[in-house]
Amino acid sequence: MDIPYTVQPRPDTGVYNAKVGMWLFLASEVMLFGGLFSSYILLRVAAAPGTWPTGWLSVPLGTINTLILALSAVTTLLAWASCKARMFDRYKLFMGLTLVLALVFISIKGYEYSDKLRHYEVVLKDGRIADGHLVTRNDKEVVLEGRYVQNHAELMNGRASHGKPHEEIRIETPQIQKIGNYGPAHNTFTAIYFVLTGLHGLHILGGIVVFAYLWGPGSRMWKTEPERFTNRIEVAGLFWHFVDLVWIFLFPVLYLT
Amino acid sequence: MASVTQTAPHAQAHGTHHEDPGFWRTYIFSIDHKVIGIQYGITALFFLLFGFSLMLMMRWQIAHPGEAVPLVGPLLAALLGDVASNGVISPDLYNSFGAMHGTIMVFLAIVPLAVGAYGNYLVPIQIGANDMAFPRLNMMSYQLYFLGGIIMFASFFIPGGAARAGWTSYSPLATTIPTDGQTFWLIGMVFLISSSLLGSVNIITTIVQLRAPGLTWMRLPFFVWAQFTASFLLLLAFPPLEVAGILQLMDRVAGTSFFLPTGLAIGGNLANVSGGGSPLLWQHLFWFLAHPEVYVLILPAMGIIAEIIACNTRKPLWGYKSLVYSAMCLGFISFLVWAHHMYLTGMGTKISTFFQTTTMIISIPSVIILTCLLISLWGGSIRFNTPMLFALAFLPMFGIGGLTGLPLGFSASDIHLHDTYYVIGHFHYVVAPGTIFALFAGIYFWFPKITGRMMNEYWGKVHFAGSILFMNLVFMPMFIQGLAGMLRRMSDGGVNYSSLKLQGVSGGLSPTIMGLNSFILWGAVGLLIAQIPFIINFFYSISHGTKVENDNPWEATTLEWQAPTPPPHGNFLTPPQVYRGPYEYSVPGYAKDYVPQNQPPG
Repeated sequence: MDIPYTVQPRPDTGVYNAKVGMWLFLASEVMLFGGLFSSYILLRVAAAPGTWPTGWLSVPLGTINTLILALSAVTTLLAWASCKARMFDRYKLFMGLTLVLALVFISIKGYEYSDKLRHYEVVLKDGRIADGHLVTRNDKEVVLEGRYVQNHAELMNGRASHGKPHEEIRIETPQIQKIGNYGPAHNTFTAIYFVLTGLHGLHILGGIVVFAYLWGPGSRMWKTEPERFTNRIEVAGLFWHFVDLVWIFLFPVLYLT
Repeated sequence: MASVTQTAPHAQAHGTHHEDPGFWRTYIFSIDHKVIGIQYGITALFFLLFGFSLMLMMRWQIAHPGEAVPLVGPLLAALLGDVASNGVISPDLYNSFGAMHGTIMVFLAIVPLAVGAYGNYLVPIQIGANDMAFPRLNMMSYQLYFLGGIIMFASFFIPGGAARAGWTSYSPLATTIPTDGQTFWLIGMVFLISSSLLGSVNIITTIVQLRAPGLTWMRLPFFVWAQFTASFLLLLAFPPLEVAGILQLMDRVAGTSFFLPTGLAIGGNLANVSGGGSPLLWQHLFWFLAHPEVYVLILPAMGIIAEIIACNTRKPLWGYKSLVYSAMCLGFISFLVWAHHMYLTGMGTKISTFFQTTTMIISIPSVIILTCLLISLWGGSIRFNTPMLFALAFLPMFGIGGLTGLPLGFSASDIHLHDTYYVIGHFHYVVAPGTIFALFAGIYFWFPKITGRMMNEYWGKVHFAGSILFMNLVFMPMFIQGLAGMLRRMSDGGVNYSSLKLQGVSGGLSPTIMGLNSFILWGAVGLLIAQIPFIINFFYSISHGTKVENDNPWEATTLEWQAPTPPPHGNFLTPPQVYRGPYEYSVPGYAKDYVPQNQPPG
């Protein structure tokens, strides 16, 4: 039993089935990330003055990631075009490049995440606040590489803190009133940052899995059904371009504000 | 030309390269849309019964607070332990039942039945296709639904019990309740939402791409238009709830404060969270889905009613174009009304007025559809069989449900009615004697196509009589209770607000109002009893019902009735070619009073 229009497009709509399916799925993804961005807007606008941080994310790293994804969008398109031109070796090259770029992106993101999770804010019982990266932590003490600040509000402007001297800070455990890293629980900004980039990252990972399959074992279909295989590359490419587009919104909203 | 009975050759005829797939691939992991539709149907009917039984226990507690539930009390105590000690439903258990009743009925029963079962089974056949566009995705949709259902069901039996912050799961309560049941609820919802998403992509693609030659958009049966619109609603409205679910899950599990405001105190102590969140954000995200969701509940029902009315009046539907455009407008406007559930949150009069306006506007396409269906009866040659009885009853019942929504849609009157039993009466009228009657009608109507046998007509009428009587006895008093000020979700049935208890204080609930609780309980028990003939009829008729004499016992025009009975793998013996619209009944110049869509001209 054959389902029509899986490879050849239907004349009156001009598309094959999987393309319709992917565009519909992307519409739902727009609503998904749209919902998240709307939540960001509401939380940002509702934040009390002085409680929403700026400059906590590395703009150079974000810019590199943006360029990486933009380049991967080009290599994805070239991979599909190579299939259309029946140049399988070129396809392998461009798809392989896309995979490499995607893996670099996710590594940089992983580094950014680990940086946040190693960055601690410790409120001491005498009212001082220590802020810095974790060196060691055990039952007796916490050692940070950072600085003291007088109040919490000083930490809100990440750009102003650049270049301030760092020192080794030793804090004995009994002196600690509150300790926490810059993970999702830290404040609403880190919370929405981790969820937005985390969900985006999951989509990147999904794309990596699909691309890896299509580059590796899935590419066997090229020999028997090249047109159907080309359609798969096109549909996967559509998804990848969407994920890239989401990042184009994420970058200015999170990094440049 | 009399209706024929086509015997489908053995399933392997379509391709001799197929070996017998075996039990698992045929019945459990099937990719055939008909098997998947039946899987959805049976699972959904089970959850419908389960959700109904939760409600029965709740109604007992409301009418007899603090008394052990008869018959099932000991079972509750044995299964659930402390929350049901001595067979009495504790307030916590009552809240669980309430939250899960809503969740199960909406997400595990009605939508899977209306869209998963009806949509999956009928849409491909009605458009003349072999199957859905993505059969394997279809199977995955069902598996995700099934797993989501298991997670929801299992949540009753974990320590702490099931979710109990309402089907609406408002934060901060839902975030801070110390039961993993809330987390189970969120994870279950993620499964169900994913299932819905894949299903809606499938249905829309199928309708766009796989219509038979000659089946133009304006020749589609209204049922297909209804499923098309409902699928768009599911596709676009569910993701914000998925977002909300993820955020609430993060709040519960990762310590974030998306929905927790600064200064939140729990049990008198400042909560150890970062704060800065907004409980209103949850409400906006939730209702952004949940309002279009109710149109997902009603649109397939309207589609079913339309098919049954056209067939049983032997007349074309009145206003086909109006019906189609109204359905699409209904779908579109349904995205613009959500905050009418939030009038009392202090949003402000400007925003309330905006949503009040859109809510009033959305009643227009709704009424147009109902009116078209009503006018379709005029001058018809009406056959009062069981499906038609349910379909006819749908019209006034949905009318009551819709009209009682108006005082809720106006923000001024909603101040008095919000969160009262009036709301419960309103939405149950639309879904229970509304949608569920349509689903019953559809079961009686399409049963012969699926099984080759008719359900028993006499017991069908008994089922109908009992259902329509008791549905009204259960839900009509709720309007009266709501207008008197009885609030929702009170595990003691309102005893603490009764005038007997509040001696000398005005505004208490009178003994008459309180007495309606017992009345409703008896109505609910009657409603349960009325379903027994249906359940027996359903199972008995599968093997012992009167065999149909041909493929088209109702003498209907749409394509599913021109397919073999039951349709084989691939649905049609030869690919259909469509020549005419879906409701060519009583066409002058033809020998029979119906002309099938695939009958050639002349």
